[in-house]
Amino acid sequence: MAPVTEPYRVRIESKVYPPVANREAHLVLRDIDFAIEHRSFVVMTGPSGCGKSTLLNIIAGLDREFKGRVDLGTGEPTIGYIFQSPRLLPWRTVQENIELVLPPGDARAERIPELLARVGLTSYASAYPERLSLGMQRRVALARGFVLEPDILLMDEPFVSLDDPTARDLRQLLIDLWHRRPTTVLFVTHDRNEATMLGTRILRLSGGSATLVQDEAVRLSPEDRSDPEKVRAEQRRIFNDA
Amino acid sequence: MQSSSTARASLVSASGGNAWIARLAWSLGSLLAFLIFWDVAANLIDHRHLPRPLQVWQTLLEQIRTGDLLFHVGMTLARVLVSFVLAMIIGGAIGLALGRSKTADNLFDSWLIFFLNLPALVIIILCYVWFGLTETAAVLAVAINKIPNVAVTVREGARSLSRDLNEMAQIYRFGWWKTLRHVTLPQLAPFFAAAARSGLSLVWKIVLVVELLGRSNGVGFQLHTAFQLFDVSMILAYAVSFIFVVQIIEMGVLQPIEARVNRWRR
Repeated sequence: MAPVTEPYRVRIESKVYPPVANREAHLVLRDIDFAIEHRSFVVMTGPSGCGKSTLLNIIAGLDREFKGRVDLGTGEPTIGYIFQSPRLLPWRTVQENIELVLPPGDARAERIPELLARVGLTSYASAYPERLSLGMQRRVALARGFVLEPDILLMDEPFVSLDDPTARDLRQLLIDLWHRRPTTVLFVTHDRNEATMLGTRILRLSGGSATLVQDEAVRLSPEDRSDPEKVRAEQRRIFNDA
Repeated sequence: MQSSSTARASLVSASGGNAWIARLAWSLGSLLAFLIFWDVAANLIDHRHLPRPLQVWQTLLEQIRTGDLLFHVGMTLARVLVSFVLAMIIGGAIGLALGRSKTADNLFDSWLIFFLNLPALVIIILCYVWFGLTETAAVLAVAINKIPNVAVTVREGARSLSRDLNEMAQIYRFGWWKTLRHVTLPQLAPFFAAAARSGLSLVWKIVLVVELLGRSNGVGFQLHTAFQLFDVSMILAYAVSFIFVVQIIEMGVLQPIEARVNRWRR
């Protein structure tokens, strides 16, 4: 837990994918500069393939080949990353998968049963991930991200390719968990409705060589978010959707 | 409905049990046929260099009674164990390094090919010449024979390690030990299992040669003595007990480990 006062700052002058085989070098991201207030829920949207995941990987520190600077304050903040695929260890049980992100003997491990109950997987604690459905695996990944109580939680389309009821269920779960313990969230999606329902702020990236084209606060109270009509109205306002 | 499904379940398990018994019957039957064939042949040829099964059995009992068999098989087993573990660890580490680093692979690939094709006998002789007729030289010679095989097999596994899981481990700050234990080694387990299976049979055979050439105990030494006396009955007695011990290890140690390592698979 870094003592944080300044907002996080992301500045990317350019990110280029080097040429491979029969493809030329490709400028993925350019001229991106934004700050993230602590405990805000920032959603990044943009057409698929525009470089959103690349941006998250840069912020996470997984990708260091770019021009610019990511400033996450003094001291290294704890990062949780919920990937597009659950990325669980298939040879470890659900319980072990969650436990493993904590240092041995960490007090936070005591919260695992409560978290498992919260994501509805209490009876699957000793099951192996490959025996679970994709939706259940995503819930394990969610619990794994939350048990750390991270300073920053990065989420890369975590609910994509799920059926509607499951996705809605998990979104509600995410909102609940976030309200219970607000943390800084960076959430990537190309689903505008999902973006409006979840975010306190929306960043839109353009296609092509992506850059920031819109930075908009979401004007919805927590209650409004469970009302599909209000969410849709706000979505229309932000995205100028018909 | 319930009773019919129960009936079917018991039918299935019964046929499963029958299949198992049938397999056992076939194994025992074919073994018996072999013994009869051997006995008849030995009877026909009637030469002291081809003893009958019963003679071999008596030699075996005699060797067990004097304690010789237990001692020599034990010595061989100890050498197998040490050189096998050594080869798995060193070969595994080399394979992992070569699979992860392209530079290391380019640099050492031809070394690996050299050692893979170096005859076992050459390695054994050189070890004895350079390090003397010692236990260390013997175990080292066996390990060096096996290390390249393990390295090549594990290298295949290391090349296909999941980048996704590595990134996950990096984000959640697993550190090198946790990453090795929970992320890397489980992915390499099938490759280690393959190396272990082919490795054990190879190591057994090389240990015998090493013992024959430069040790004063162990199964290889006993075979050497029996060879000088043209005592075929003794040679066969040791060979049979040897096969028996290897089978016990295969079924009692390797197979349970494999089952345990694979229990997460669906």
